[in-house]
Amino acid sequence: MIFLLQKTLIFTIPLLIVALAGMYAERSGIINIALDGIMIFGAFSGALCALLLRRTPFFVDHNQLTFVIAMAVAAVSGALFSLLLSFSAIKLKADQTIGGTALNMLAPAIALFFIKVFFFKDQLEMVPAANSEGKVVDFGYVIQNKDMNPVLSIFFDKAYISTFIALAIFILLSVLIYKTKTGLRLRACGEHPQAAASVGIEVNRMRYLGTTVSGALAGFGGYVYIATVANGQATGAVAGMGFLALAIMIFGNWKPLGIALGALFFGFLKCLGVIYDQLSVTINGKEIYFLKELNLPMYFYNLIPYVAVLLVLAFTSKRSRAPKAEGIPYDKGMR
Amino acid sequence: MNKEKKGLFAKEGVRSVIASLICILGGLLVGFIVLVCLAMFNENIPFSQAVTGIVTVLAGPFSAGSFHDAMFQLGNMLFQATPLIMTGLSVALAFKTGLFNIGAPGQYLMGAMGSLIVALSIPTTVVPAVIVWILALLTGILLGVLWGAIPGFFKAKFNVNEVIVCIMTNWIAANVVSWVFKVTGDNFINYAETKVNFIRKTATNGVATWSFGLNDLFGGSYLDISIFIATVIAIVLYVVMNKTTFGYELRACGFNKNASKYAGMNEKRNIILSMAIAGGLAACGAALWCLNGSQDFKWETYLTLPADGFNGIPAALLASNNPIGVIFSAIFLKYLGAGGSNLAAHTSFNEYVSPLIVAVIIYFAGASKLIKDLLARGAHKKRKVAAAAAEPVPPDTGGPPEEAESPSAEDPPEEEPAETETPDVPETTEGGEES
Repeated sequence: MIFLLQKTLIFTIPLLIVALAGMYAERSGIINIALDGIMIFGAFSGALCALLLRRTPFFVDHNQLTFVIAMAVAAVSGALFSLLLSFSAIKLKADQTIGGTALNMLAPAIALFFIKVFFFKDQLEMVPAANSEGKVVDFGYVIQNKDMNPVLSIFFDKAYISTFIALAIFILLSVLIYKTKTGLRLRACGEHPQAAASVGIEVNRMRYLGTTVSGALAGFGGYVYIATVANGQATGAVAGMGFLALAIMIFGNWKPLGIALGALFFGFLKCLGVIYDQLSVTINGKEIYFLKELNLPMYFYNLIPYVAVLLVLAFTSKRSRAPKAEGIPYDKGMR
Repeated sequence: MNKEKKGLFAKEGVRSVIASLICILGGLLVGFIVLVCLAMFNENIPFSQAVTGIVTVLAGPFSAGSFHDAMFQLGNMLFQATPLIMTGLSVALAFKTGLFNIGAPGQYLMGAMGSLIVALSIPTTVVPAVIVWILALLTGILLGVLWGAIPGFFKAKFNVNEVIVCIMTNWIAANVVSWVFKVTGDNFINYAETKVNFIRKTATNGVATWSFGLNDLFGGSYLDISIFIATVIAIVLYVVMNKTTFGYELRACGFNKNASKYAGMNEKRNIILSMAIAGGLAACGAALWCLNGSQDFKWETYLTLPADGFNGIPAALLASNNPIGVIFSAIFLKYLGAGGSNLAAHTSFNEYVSPLIVAVIIYFAGASKLIKDLLARGAHKKRKVAAAAAEPVPPDTGGPPEEAESPSAEDPPEEEPAETETPDVPETTEGGEES
């Protein structure tokens, strides 16, 4: 049970943070379909940074510090990469879905191109490196606390520092968008940019802000995903997590609380697909792997999250309320 | 005004082609810059390789080395362009009807599964191969139609954004296909050649698309007549979309759902139909590729989606969603791809430069409306200058009589936009229908 909850949390965090990324962009009026691409780009640059840092023994000794630096680099590069989207959407007034699709194609192309040129491989692996004592050690990002009471151990045993950072960022940004002046202005630009402009808000600046925050979060989420879920391999893909996050954002009705619930729900389903054959209950001293004994193939459990998204969207579409002005290029002259 | 000789840029179609060419040039330029930068900062790569690199990409299959290799690559390029034409048509049709079909990869997978199962399970000793071939193609298309109808159904019935549903159905299809082949695998997996990751080639059952010697003409490549089938389908689609009531209805629903409902069209049915046809087209591409007879289909696809599905989007965008244009844009994309493979073979760069260039092209294509508008404006200015030169004494220069006629025209600058807008009107409506 604890194992399941721990794993669920690990799968939830990237979805949570990337869905929030989508929310920030769309609340400012820009459809960010490029979340997947930005995640790939963030994962690539974060992994590259971690690999390069670990050539110095100091950073091998301080694993958590390396992790945090790599996450920061991933966030910055994600923000920079998302500027391509905001530039095309705001300055060129391009179709945002097409711009996002271009970014989704661009990110794996860039990542794979450079990985192959510099490392002669198709993916970037976080290989073990020598620490200051000359011992070759693996990536030790996990925080271990073996003897702990079961409830606390969900959060503090076999945990990643990224979990706490991501939760803190999520709460902070959720409060920011509802309780600050900037947050209100940003939301206004997603609902009725012309009205916002009439009271002196610079719509384009707000949209740049929203998309850049979105890019930073998605880049960060991308690196967290590969470091915690995908065995530290940066390939040209994040298994469609960005798109799943997009669906979670719609499921959560573009609101932080709904997003949190959705991320937890889909994090659980997603993690079920990976660990279903390790789940067991002990009845009368006998361990029973109840899901494994159903003898359903892995594909079935992989299907569930996507089917669930479809069903949930079909039933919630009535109360779904997207930001009114999302996807429409801002035109001062329009009423 | 309309009877005047129009400039080159005045035609919508010409502007689209020029806009696409500008996007392609932009993409190639960025690709070249990336190569140059790499050569500058990486001491292992001499600078001259950057130039060789871009020339290699530009030459496509012709940079293969020998004449025979070039012909071989050319044949394969045309063969591989076939599924891309079909997915491009799929995306283009959906775009024309106001929908974004990012679900082509899933529809493609379903089509591949349907056609492979039929082609491999009906023994050709009992049923003639021609009939099996046709049945397999139709089954593939049918599965694609059904799969494409799902996003259409969700859009029409529940008003759920088709992009999300398409993406979900993609991953569902990827898992379903893996699942089906896992269960039925014994009959279909290529154990004979010990390629357990792949499905048996349909040629093992005697089912293969006819090539009529095309493959030998092109250096023993895989080329068959499917490229002509795809071309015919593209032409038919063009006629249906532009010359029939049915096509007009589909486009009208994409243009303005409420207006078409008001005009008495069944807009929900039309949305589902558009997506279903789009799904069928993508699936047909997959079926044509599989039924070639000598292709390996990787059945465990649950982690990856077929690239040809996604590349339908650039193919459609480059062609401004014109079915005839899709034929050329798909071949062009495969041309770049062939150049990329040669790049990996002959220089220190790798094949990923082609998708990079394509991605940049699409990035610019997103702004193609802006480019077209700029072109239109440029054409307009020229026309105005020409008109002014032709009539040395234009009537509007006489200020006082104008003022007497219309009191609203007090400001001379206000005259200008009013005048420039009038001839634009027919053009913009045309453009609206196109895109």
